[in-house]
Amino acid sequence: MSITIKDVDHVANLARLTLSDEEKTTFADQLNAILKYAEKLNELDTDNVEPTSHVLPITNVLREDETRPSWPIEDVMRNAPDEEDGQFRVPAVLE
Amino acid sequence: MTEATKYETVIGLEVHVELHTNSKIFCGCSTAFGAPPNTHTCPVCLGHPGVLPVLNRQAVDYAMKAAMALNCEIATESKFDRKNYFYPDSPKAYQISQYDKPIGEKGWIDIEVNGETKRIGITRLHLEEDAGKLTHVDGGYASLVDLNRVGTPLVEIVSEPDIRTPEEAKAYLEKLKAIMQYCEVSDVKMEEGSLRCDANISLRPYGQEKFGTRTELKNMNSFRGVQRGLEYEQWRQADVLDSGGTVVQETLRWDDAKGVTISMRGKEEAHDYRYFPDPDLVKVFIDDEWKSRVRATIPELPDARKARYTSELGLPSYDAGVITSSKKLADFFEESLNYTKDAKAVSNWIMGDLLGYLNANNLEIEDVKITGQGLGEMIGLLEKGTISSKIAKTVFKAMLESGKLPQQIVEEQGLVQISDEGAIKAVVDQIVTNNPQSVEDYKAGKEKAIGFLVGQVMKETKGKANPALVNKLLVERLNQ
Repeated sequence: MSITIKDVDHVANLARLTLSDEEKTTFADQLNAILKYAEKLNELDTDNVEPTSHVLPITNVLREDETRPSWPIEDVMRNAPDEEDGQFRVPAVLE
Repeated sequence: MTEATKYETVIGLEVHVELHTNSKIFCGCSTAFGAPPNTHTCPVCLGHPGVLPVLNRQAVDYAMKAAMALNCEIATESKFDRKNYFYPDSPKAYQISQYDKPIGEKGWIDIEVNGETKRIGITRLHLEEDAGKLTHVDGGYASLVDLNRVGTPLVEIVSEPDIRTPEEAKAYLEKLKAIMQYCEVSDVKMEEGSLRCDANISLRPYGQEKFGTRTELKNMNSFRGVQRGLEYEQWRQADVLDSGGTVVQETLRWDDAKGVTISMRGKEEAHDYRYFPDPDLVKVFIDDEWKSRVRATIPELPDARKARYTSELGLPSYDAGVITSSKKLADFFEESLNYTKDAKAVSNWIMGDLLGYLNANNLEIEDVKITGQGLGEMIGLLEKGTISSKIAKTVFKAMLESGKLPQQIVEEQGLVQISDEGAIKAVVDQIVTNNPQSVEDYKAGKEKAIGFLVGQVMKETKGKANPALVNKLLVERLNQ
């Protein structure tokens, strides 16, 4: 499988990135190189190996259902580029 | 609608149910509804960099309980995945959800439509976090974001495409809501958004195995809205097919006020969520001990209660179905039975006066003050003849409003039924004397005239006279 410019466009669009033509070519090459490197794994027989979703040897990390204080609204809004009545104001989103 | 006979409708529903934990699924913020915007947020649910989610045990228990009540197989190994998308309702730009290892799979529920029972398959039930709420400002220049709801635990319940009519869809939702309510995992209030529904609908000619092209319906805010939206879309697709067109696969918004579905342009961009395991959350292994601990908390469910009401208490199937459709109503019914043996009478009062009042005023049983004890005792007073059925209606209304017990209402308002023949006879004499025309009409063969005279006696006694006795004494008097 090889990554085309079209694939780069698609992924960039999903990530909301605007790339120049030059960057697209660069990333297509780099992504192909990464995939090629990972292809080495295909040399192994993994038929009887469970897919790894996590590398840590721990499971069932759970907390009790207890509330803790939330942040003061001033702190919540500290990083908001724009606000109105205690809410984040963003460019209009149409459904 | 001729189209409806030509095509078979295929419907699948995706229902989101908010679990009523105290705290959010991955942080300690409160899940309480109605707080001022953004006051139930912290770095975790705000999606600040470097924070770590920690799974709420209660959310897993509730999801398991819900899945079990829907007859699902419970996963032994479950995990969480990231669903990636950009939208201001999700500050992390991904939603923590479950992709290939949901909590439950392969369940079913039975629904009843037109007296027939039908089994609807449940594909899966998975656990995920809710998103925030957007308000679009007047003028459309900006949107405001409230992130209080971000991180509220949700279960998404996906049905098999087993539903064939909008009516079945509504019955499925009602049953699902009842089961969630019985399990006490959610408030299931559609108006507060704790139960939400999206629908997939397609049409195919009868006999064709392959599904037609489907559309997805969103924004249906009531069970009635779901049914109406699907009815409209069923008609619209049939119309498209009849005129030789093809249905476009798209997401539609139901406009309840206008009664039409509207294309949500911009959402057609093929969804590409790039799910992958969330590296911040470790796997959850659910052993048999955990499963049986949760299973032990599942109460008697609506179907079982309905069966008990019909077989042990002799209620008609329809009445039992209506009463068990709400846990609180069924609990009210059972509470009444601690005070009277007459289950049928209790059922009749619930089906008639109680539901009539609730439906007319758009209320639920918990919104009125009447208690099961009140209804049970009132039926006792009726049996003893202390009050007439006419007075009972007055007492019932007073109980709805005040929650007082019937004995107290009867005493306070002096509603005890008059069964003293002498006292009634005196009133009968008076009414007969004062209404010579009606008496004449009756004697001339107009039997209906007696109804007027009975009414006059009841009016004179403020409805307290024993109606059977009034009738008997009047007839005797008139035939003298």
